Amino acid sequence: MQLDAKIPSGPIAEKWTRHQFDMKLVNPANKRKYKVIVVGTGLAGGAAAATMGELGYNVEAFTFHDSPRRAHSIAAQGGINAAKNYQGDGDSVYRLFYDTVKGGDFRSREANVHRLAELSLNIIDQAVAQGVPFAREYGGLLANRSFGGAQVSRTFYARGQTGQQLLLGAYQALERQIAAGTVTMHNRAEMLDLIVVDGRARGIVTRHMVTGKIEAHMADAVMLGTGGYSNVFFLSTNAMGCNVTSAWRAHKRGAGFANPCFTQIHPTCIPQSGEYQSKLTLMSESLRNDGRIWVPAKAGDTRPAAQIPEAERDYYLERIYPSFGNLSPRDIASRRAKEMVDAGHGIGPMRNGVFLDFADAIERLGRDVVSERYGNLFEMYAKITGENPYEVPMRIYPAPHYTMGGLWVDYNLETTVPGLFSIGEANFSDHGANRLGASALMQGLADGYFIAPLTVGNYLAAAPREPMDAEHPAAQAVVREVEETQARLLGIQGSRTVDSIHMELGRIMWDHCGMARNAEGLRKALEEIPRLRQEFWENVRVPGSAATLNQSLEKAGRVADFLEFAETMCHDALTRDESCGGHFREEHVTEDGEARRDDENFAHAAVWEFRGVGEAPIRHQEPLTFDHVPLSQRSYK
Amino acid sequence: MDLTLHVWRQETSSASGSFQTYKAAGVSDSMSFLDMLDLVNERITRDGGDPIAFEHDCREGICGSCGMVINGIAHGPHKMTTACQLHMRSFSDGDEIWIEPWRAKAFPVLKDLVVERAAFDRIIQAGGYISVRTGSAPDANAIAVPKPDADLAFDAAACIGCGACVAACPNASAMLFTAAKAAHLSYVPQGQTERLGRAAAMVMTHDEEGFGNCTNHGACQEVCPKGISVNYISRLNRDLLKATLTGISVG
Repeated sequence: MQLDAKIPSGPIAEKWTRHQFDMKLVNPANKRKYKVIVVGTGLAGGAAAATMGELGYNVEAFTFHDSPRRAHSIAAQGGINAAKNYQGDGDSVYRLFYDTVKGGDFRSREANVHRLAELSLNIIDQAVAQGVPFAREYGGLLANRSFGGAQVSRTFYARGQTGQQLLLGAYQALERQIAAGTVTMHNRAEMLDLIVVDGRARGIVTRHMVTGKIEAHMADAVMLGTGGYSNVFFLSTNAMGCNVTSAWRAHKRGAGFANPCFTQIHPTCIPQSGEYQSKLTLMSESLRNDGRIWVPAKAGDTRPAAQIPEAERDYYLERIYPSFGNLSPRDIASRRAKEMVDAGHGIGPMRNGVFLDFADAIERLGRDVVSERYGNLFEMYAKITGENPYEVPMRIYPAPHYTMGGLWVDYNLETTVPGLFSIGEANFSDHGANRLGASALMQGLADGYFIAPLTVGNYLAAAPREPMDAEHPAAQAVVREVEETQARLLGIQGSRTVDSIHMELGRIMWDHCGMARNAEGLRKALEEIPRLRQEFWENVRVPGSAATLNQSLEKAGRVADFLEFAETMCHDALTRDESCGGHFREEHVTEDGEARRDDENFAHAAVWEFRGVGEAPIRHQEPLTFDHVPLSQRSYK
Repeated sequence: MDLTLHVWRQETSSASGSFQTYKAAGVSDSMSFLDMLDLVNERITRDGGDPIAFEHDCREGICGSCGMVINGIAHGPHKMTTACQLHMRSFSDGDEIWIEPWRAKAFPVLKDLVVERAAFDRIIQAGGYISVRTGSAPDANAIAVPKPDADLAFDAAACIGCGACVAACPNASAMLFTAAKAAHLSYVPQGQTERLGRAAAMVMTHDEEGFGNCTNHGACQEVCPKGISVNYISRLNRDLLKATLTGISVG
């Protein structure tokens, strides 16, 4: 597997500008002759499909939802970063770049991150022009807030529904192109495999989720904007349908998978309330701007919050990190919460949370201001828990939320399979080992609106154009494989439900490859996962038939892929013998209990090559160099 | 608690459906309504049956996937709450619960509680956007938007496209959905250029899709999980009238 990052030459601030000039262009009259497949219609896929359509390409877009408006980007609450410096508080493209590289714990590519910071400016302009109703000040100009550990106010937001509003902007741009005839939309069509012909990505195989029809779709290039894999943990804040299938299938067809062990555990989620829960709910990190996190100072204290006097409370983040306090980065805030709960300071009926308290904020700002800022989040919390956060502190606990790992891509967002591009959360590119708050929306939209449409054009301009139809033997061979897999799933008729096996996999991953990891646990997971995979293929029960709307069959296919992917994730966590960002190896801790990186041996992206199910994958490395942001121990004290 | 469910089961669009009865035993207060259905489906699957199909995804009340009529009310008994955010503490031991899909000509049932809502996408395609090409936008702060307008635009833009408004309307009208998008774009300066044509085109497509007319019942506003106001329908109707009087053509 060749890993050429194709980073343009020149000073970092000029790389993207130069590269745009150096890229080849497709003649405007020829664009419609090129067919481009976009899988996934979230912020990245929706924006890419709309923009490619505007440019005149012949776009086929696919979503497994009933409408492109439902992608999980819609659930992002807090905001989107941009180095606009509208607050005049010293922000700049360079500062956003610097913060993102440092926040990613020095495991991302500097050139990519700088481009991301540059494009952040264009994203806000684009969204406002689309009518995205960002929060505004009384003078009518855009409002900002500080978010997730940033020391400048660079986050733009639309109450607690920023993802929804940005996605609707992209969705509306996409619908406009559908009406214009440049984009053909395939709803309820789930990608189940990738078609590679002569070493190039040439199409996908989908299942229509109502008729069950398996079809090959051919194109000149394929883009995957299919999101992250947090649902490998079963319980996560991701939507129920989020899965690794598209990325994993691409991986099995030759695309390198980078840093799968880099997963983000979000510090502010509602703790699990019972055994049958299938989904955890995120409470926006913006709550940490005004909420104070604490636990009872004495372990095992079961008194209600109101009866615990000030002196017997431990505001542990403010105590340990006096300068960042409650706004410490996500990985640190999560780990500290786990430590508190593990040490017996947990609160709530299952003793599995910490308090997030707004009493001081309400006293300082008044209930109206707090309600203006967080009203919808407070309502959501009250609906789920039955408790009123204006009266009693919220209970929160970390939960899997975002995955920094993903398909390896070069500077052009192209994977190791020529013609296959990966955008948004599905790729590994910009967040290193830890993503900063309000940066996911930024990356999805930068990839979708501004990068991929140009780099895919560059690929198409240079690639040989050989039209190919769905009857091509290579395409039909993949169709048959997909059909055979489905028949096998439906034929097992064992005694266990798909969910029960998914839940068991989630437990293994959370226990051994979750917030804290060690070699012994990871080795144990690597023994347990193949055993569970075997149990699945011998004893799962998938009711119904292939030719109808069959939600059990949809889930079974996704869980089958998680059962393979999980093993690679554990291999990655085991071989990355250091702590960095969200990857916390208990063997590698500083005296202060922080993650201890090993830059000498691990300043690289680990890129995995598939060898076969159950076979040890091959680990490749893309070395990372840091010419602008000096390697340093992250310190937020 | 133990509950009795009467659930609409229908194999395909063309099949005729009927209510089937299921026991939901051992349900806890903290479960969401959809957690409860998951539990019932686990048992149906283990017993060799076909689990109840229902659409759902984020389970945070924002994606708009879920939707079912619970005891005669779209999304169930609580105001401003999607089915996924409804929790079982709202029910009591021994309750009987009737669960049905959205019922409207423009929303054909695909299976059980799953309906096809693609007509909503086609209403947006008719004009529910601002025509701006990627990369052609001026600086975001070049045009100030009065905060009250921005807030009203946001209130309208909060629509999640779930379709409860249609399910609740005696005419199966989608005017609340259509008006919410038209109003959102009509409150921001960027949306003015296409405003009247947009209103006319969206309403025309709304009618062509087989949604009924609005006759001011207001049931839509009552069940809307995002509290979208029927005032937006008046605003849309004013724009539609202006479009008609000034001869602004559709498309």
